[in-house]
Amino acid sequence: MIPHNETMMLKTPFYSRCLAACEINMWEDWKGYTTPQAYTSVEQEYFAVRSNTGVFDISPMIKYRFTGPDAGAYLNRLVTRDIRKIGVGRVAYTVWCDDNGQVMDDGTIFHLAENDYRLCAYARCLDWLMWSAEGFDVTIVDETAEVAALAVQGPTSCAIFKNMGFDGIENLKPFGLTRYPFEGSEVMISRTGFTGDLGYEIWVDPSLAETFWDRLFEAGKHREIRPIGGHALEMLRTEAGFVQAGVDFIPAEESVRTGRSRSPFELGLGWLVSFDKPVFNGRKALLKEKKEGSRYAFVYLDVEGNKPAEYAFIYDGDKQVGTVTTAAWCPTAKTNIAFAQVDAKYGKPGQELVTEIYYDRELKWTRVMAKCTVIESAVFNPPRKRQTPAPDF
Amino acid sequence: MKKYDAIIVGAGHNGLTNAAYLAKAGLDVLVLEKNAYIGGATVSRELYPNWKYSNCSYVCSLLRPEIIRDLELPRHGLQVVPYGGGVTFKENGDYLGAHADHERMLRELARHSKRDASAYERYEADVMKQTRLIRPFLMRTPPDPTSLKPRDLKELSVLAKSFGSMGEEALADTMRFWTMSIGDFLDEYFESDVIKAHLAGSGIIGTALGVYSPGTAYVLLHHYMGDVDGSVGAWGFARGGMGAVSAALSASFQSFGGTIQCDAEVAQIIVKNGKAKGVALANGDELYADIVVSNLDPKRTFLKIMDEGDLPADVVKKAKNFKIRGSSGKLNIALDGLPTFTGLPKDSPLCLGEKHFSDSLQKMERAYDEWKDGTWSKDPYVDMLIPTQIDPTMAPPGKHMMSVFVQYAPPKIHGGDWTAEDKAGFEKTVIDQISNYSPDFKDLILHCETRTPQDIENEVGLTEGNIFMGELTFDQLLFNRPFPGYAQYRGPVKGMYMCSSGTHPGGGVMAAPGANAAREILMDLKLTNTVPGGYDDD
Repeated sequence: MIPHNETMMLKTPFYSRCLAACEINMWEDWKGYTTPQAYTSVEQEYFAVRSNTGVFDISPMIKYRFTGPDAGAYLNRLVTRDIRKIGVGRVAYTVWCDDNGQVMDDGTIFHLAENDYRLCAYARCLDWLMWSAEGFDVTIVDETAEVAALAVQGPTSCAIFKNMGFDGIENLKPFGLTRYPFEGSEVMISRTGFTGDLGYEIWVDPSLAETFWDRLFEAGKHREIRPIGGHALEMLRTEAGFVQAGVDFIPAEESVRTGRSRSPFELGLGWLVSFDKPVFNGRKALLKEKKEGSRYAFVYLDVEGNKPAEYAFIYDGDKQVGTVTTAAWCPTAKTNIAFAQVDAKYGKPGQELVTEIYYDRELKWTRVMAKCTVIESAVFNPPRKRQTPAPDF
Repeated sequence: MKKYDAIIVGAGHNGLTNAAYLAKAGLDVLVLEKNAYIGGATVSRELYPNWKYSNCSYVCSLLRPEIIRDLELPRHGLQVVPYGGGVTFKENGDYLGAHADHERMLRELARHSKRDASAYERYEADVMKQTRLIRPFLMRTPPDPTSLKPRDLKELSVLAKSFGSMGEEALADTMRFWTMSIGDFLDEYFESDVIKAHLAGSGIIGTALGVYSPGTAYVLLHHYMGDVDGSVGAWGFARGGMGAVSAALSASFQSFGGTIQCDAEVAQIIVKNGKAKGVALANGDELYADIVVSNLDPKRTFLKIMDEGDLPADVVKKAKNFKIRGSSGKLNIALDGLPTFTGLPKDSPLCLGEKHFSDSLQKMERAYDEWKDGTWSKDPYVDMLIPTQIDPTMAPPGKHMMSVFVQYAPPKIHGGDWTAEDKAGFEKTVIDQISNYSPDFKDLILHCETRTPQDIENEVGLTEGNIFMGELTFDQLLFNRPFPGYAQYRGPVKGMYMCSSGTHPGGGVMAAPGANAAREILMDLKLTNTVPGGYDDD
């Protein structure tokens, strides 16, 4: 089913429920779908995920389905990660590159069954998927509109699923997926997410979307469940250290100007590149880069003070060596964090740099040169994210 | 016998903060705690199975973000979750709701007085001017105005510059603000009784003064000058109760190699030849260190665990005259479900915040009159919260924990000790008052911990049960806290220091006194400072 073209904005399968809950009437355009930026208060929605449970409608995520005898081999050729190691019932985060080793997008691959996979992505890429499929016996279908999906994230999310009757869900490991009967059909649940917290994503037929939402919120009544919008998610993913396509990098295929795209190494995602595989898109270029060095480094910066380093230039002495792509004061980690692109030689943990931050106080703009330090990893990383069995709160 | 570099008396949040910064600087630090558990008044305890109470302090805003970040308290398990809303119930069945959303708040105020709704914006800006003045001094040592030392002169000039930058009119307002009553201050903005009553609470909480007593306007500021993630004046819950704050501080301290010993009551700070040498425990053990830091209030420090003979006479006199008056009690209640409040839907966002039942300044002043008369208020001011509406860790799902701060309650009843009957009467007064506004409340009570000021003194060690370790009036603030001449955390004996809420910038779970004291100690030891500077609001 191809979404129709008669209205300006598309509605997700959860739209009626989102609309009813969206008190402050703030909506945004996500790949043509109208989705809430916030429902009641960004702050409360952010904290729902860190203390209770927040629900985010991820239905507009671009979703492709791969079936056929060569599906696995095909994906292994497409992406940088070694998909052979991802068994049935497992999920893998990965990137895929063009032939120049430049990142086209990042996303997750779900190994649904033997010779059956789903890819969730930020950007549409069917054309590239088809090109890469030459010579493989694989069927590729865009199923974006055929699957309704919610991210159910936060420390009480497992307890809520147990309340819904999903027995044994606590034993699902991070990046695992499982299925439960639901209203005569089934719901697929994966322990995945974009918040860095304990959490799950659920995948269900659009006809069951509203029922699922209602049952979920009923089960979460005593667990302080609340829907969250895009603004809260942005804070959550920043604190968790996740890069966002279109913000922290430009998908290679969308990039117009020379040199604006980035390789996995330049995004701190070198761990996703598996040179053990004899062939995959971009391998040759990436091997060359590995040998000769990258142009840029992606870094997490711990910025002194409490002013977010949004859009800031980064200096080493007088020399401008990079720019910030994402910046925020992290409310749980209580740290002023920034993601930045710097010249490769400045990317080592412990490196001290300076960010040039502009901010206004009652219409008076001020500049502060704040010291910052390159840090190894994201600042939010609670044990409950990994614990199996998952805790109740 | 082993000698430590420093011994801290009392494992409250300031003691732990002080200890963490000393340990971070490389010192071998021992914290001694009289109770079997750490935290002092920053504590969560399970007194009823599966319920956790924040037994004393119950909300979090003042805790300095610089310290949370620097000591990596989030990594050590601390999560502060803000709450919005609040409501003052009126005797006539109506209420005043304090909404987190600004426009909604103004509409609610306008329901009670259109003029007050407009004045509220002027009020907010004026209060913000005062917080902006005080906040930069929270992480600084107060200058001694009588000293000619370069550092004091420099700090005095910083202070003068801040005042000076306010402009003539605002400066005049400031001088009045610091000395006037919260009632008089609010009268300058508002006409509605319930609006004034709602806002006045912050001016009296924790202090043995009434809404028309001079000095209470500043106490309001003390409740507004904190922030949650830069939102000045916002308050939050520590996830897991306030004990999560001390647990994280203790984990941070121990990550620097520090040691905590519980069930170790200090009987005496040992002084030899005018120098601190260590402490003697109640059980007779002696422990040695050249640095001894007291996290007890000034009265307990100088009159209980120090020998008068070791102290200058003026310190003894000042300690005896230090104003630390018990004014409040607390009920911690386990509830079988969420109580209903007359006139408000259960899912109203207002219910997530504080609830009060005093709808006029007159009532609050009458409540104070009873304290002066030596008994608890029969229609008390309460600050009541149900943190389990936000925090899932403190009670089973669907069940709730209620924290009720109650004012006024005197340290002694008509000059005598609280009896069991007095305590039962106090508890009944509070429960009856809440029941007047919540018909199903009584039936939901599973367990109640009632704490009189006397209980708080006996268990926590706060003299008279005063939650701030000394009144927050101008005669006991800044360079006057605890006493003039002793506001820079150094005691009258070499090697002896103070780090409690009895020092600048005062009470509340702020941790600034502990950090500021550590900076002074490290300076005296000529060690590198480990204490961060304050964030700048501008």
